[in-house]
Amino acid sequence: MTELDFMTSPQSGELGRFLQQMLLIRYFEQQVEERYRDAEIPGFVHVAIGQEAVAVGACAALAPGDVITSTHRSHAHTLAKGTPARAVMAELYGKVEGCSRGRGGSMHLYDVERGNLGSSAVVGGALGIATGAALAFSLRSEPRVALAFFGDGATASGLFHESMNLAQLWRLPVVFLCENNRWAESTPLAQHSPIADLTQRAQAFGMTALEVDGQDVEAVYRATAEALAHARSAAGPVFVLAETYRLAPHNVGDQQEYRDKEEYELTRSTQDPIAKLRERLALSDERFAELEREAEAAVADAVEFARHGTDPDPQTLLEDVYA
Amino acid sequence: MPETKTRFSYREAVRDAMSQAMRRDPDVFVMGQDIAEHGGSQKVTLGMLEEFGPDRVRNAPISEMALTGAGIGAAMLGMRPIVEIMYEDFLTLAMEQLVNHAAKERYMSGGQLKVPLTVRTQGGAGWSSAAQHGQQTEGWFVGVPGLKVVYPSTPRDARGLLWSSIYDDNCVVFFEHVQLYNQREELPEELEPIPLGKARIARAGEDVTVVATGPLVPEALAAAEQAEQDGISVEVVDPRTLQPLDEEAILESVRKTSRCVVAHEAVRRMGFGAEVAALVQEKAFDWLDAPVERVGACFSPLPFAPSLERACIPRREQVYAAIKRTVGSE
Repeated sequence: MTELDFMTSPQSGELGRFLQQMLLIRYFEQQVEERYRDAEIPGFVHVAIGQEAVAVGACAALAPGDVITSTHRSHAHTLAKGTPARAVMAELYGKVEGCSRGRGGSMHLYDVERGNLGSSAVVGGALGIATGAALAFSLRSEPRVALAFFGDGATASGLFHESMNLAQLWRLPVVFLCENNRWAESTPLAQHSPIADLTQRAQAFGMTALEVDGQDVEAVYRATAEALAHARSAAGPVFVLAETYRLAPHNVGDQQEYRDKEEYELTRSTQDPIAKLRERLALSDERFAELEREAEAAVADAVEFARHGTDPDPQTLLEDVYA
Repeated sequence: MPETKTRFSYREAVRDAMSQAMRRDPDVFVMGQDIAEHGGSQKVTLGMLEEFGPDRVRNAPISEMALTGAGIGAAMLGMRPIVEIMYEDFLTLAMEQLVNHAAKERYMSGGQLKVPLTVRTQGGAGWSSAAQHGQQTEGWFVGVPGLKVVYPSTPRDARGLLWSSIYDDNCVVFFEHVQLYNQREELPEELEPIPLGKARIARAGEDVTVVATGPLVPEALAAAEQAEQDGISVEVVDPRTLQPLDEEAILESVRKTSRCVVAHEAVRRMGFGAEVAALVQEKAFDWLDAPVERVGACFSPLPFAPSLERACIPRREQVYAAIKRTVGSE
């Protein structure tokens, strides 16, 4: 994508890039919904509409050499960590050109070269892996950090508690970034957590916790940068709670009969992270429309690329079962 | 100059493989419960803390799942961690990480990742450890694509196979048996790696093949001695690695003897032996002179009372009886 020219200060220039990335993710996810409904994409897909600012702000704060782990809702994290839209879309189409060579699909996006250790579709399933990556950094005295994305639902899992305990006990350089979108599939936070303030989870382990507005990309960037600096200085792990909103169904096809329609529409109109950033940057309608067209074109290109991708040859079926 | 040999116990052989790897390679470390000052519940890691320090001999909280996950994560970054799970019964607590992550990361990533993690564990019956500290679980792991499963029965095999497991680029679940820890064998100081996936002929024979694993290997050897008195020549094949399985070694033996007994301490029903029996009938049917016999534990939780435990788990008598059945002289 082109560099934005309307931003002069380095800080606002960064925000311009954030907006481009968030728009790319938004258009990507909308296109995924459509392509899925048209039965072009097999399996099932979870889009991150509404949560773009968390992915973009957090990944922008990472240093080269840092690694992430992701979740079943992984497109935004993967795009924000720098994997080209073509490779992500091709993976969703099950093509060899995909970022997991068609072996993973929507819920298993990997890009190890770019520091993406992959997404686990077992809720909370990658938290031990992020902890272990941090253990490797610690044992090798490397100034690197592992950042694990996960949702509020994962904080009820056993592995979450075991990993938080282990990471704090061993002072490992890991950032646990919880995207509280308030829904564990169809179950609201109040029905799966006895506490409303999830930072209390971290306090139980004596772990530093930060809370941030997940709809404000700049705030996410700053909070993550602070957490990473803390972890990198060997001061121990940090729990970052990003309060965000899932402005889409759990997965494409979910009718959300469990969700209040009025509340949902109100949230969509008041909590859109892209609208908030647009307002913050005071962009003209023309300029914003131009950025939208750019993102739309990049996604259309990714779809065409994926459509013309190569189906994996059944002869390669057993490749990579073992190293 | 003559080679120096030392008598190693199975326990010392396991420790020696880890220690030699850790001396040569800073990427190898071990973590588990009570493994530091205490030396582990079976004293396998005794003395390693003093040599390698608490960073590399890491005492861990009772968190099998996170510990296994952390092993996977460190392995993805190129380290070669060893996770000790105190009893193989507790592998259940790490099952999700082993099955959904360790086994699948390479495949799901389209070959981008390797998980060179070794998960060592031990267990087994014979000392009234009851239903949660003595069952044999290797049969649950051999059916998971992406995992390797190793089960040595001698000090030499334990040392050479553990070394190869540590240096394998896949996740290996490494089973040790509590009743074998004090077995002794003269070994050279220099470690001889033993490749994974290669069986060992523990005893050569002509009339019956016994494919045995773990403690059933010495039991099968004792049964073979007894059968010898009856004029039956028994060959004992120890696969040593259950996944991948050295099918050719088993088939070659059966094609020679035309009779086959499979023996393991795990439950007989749905066990590893069923796969061996299927292999033999699929690929050596024309050579068989008798149905394949299976020897294994009864299909029940492992009982506590010594009288019940003895009745449940197989030993040399059951192997001997199975050998006799295959030659039609029960």
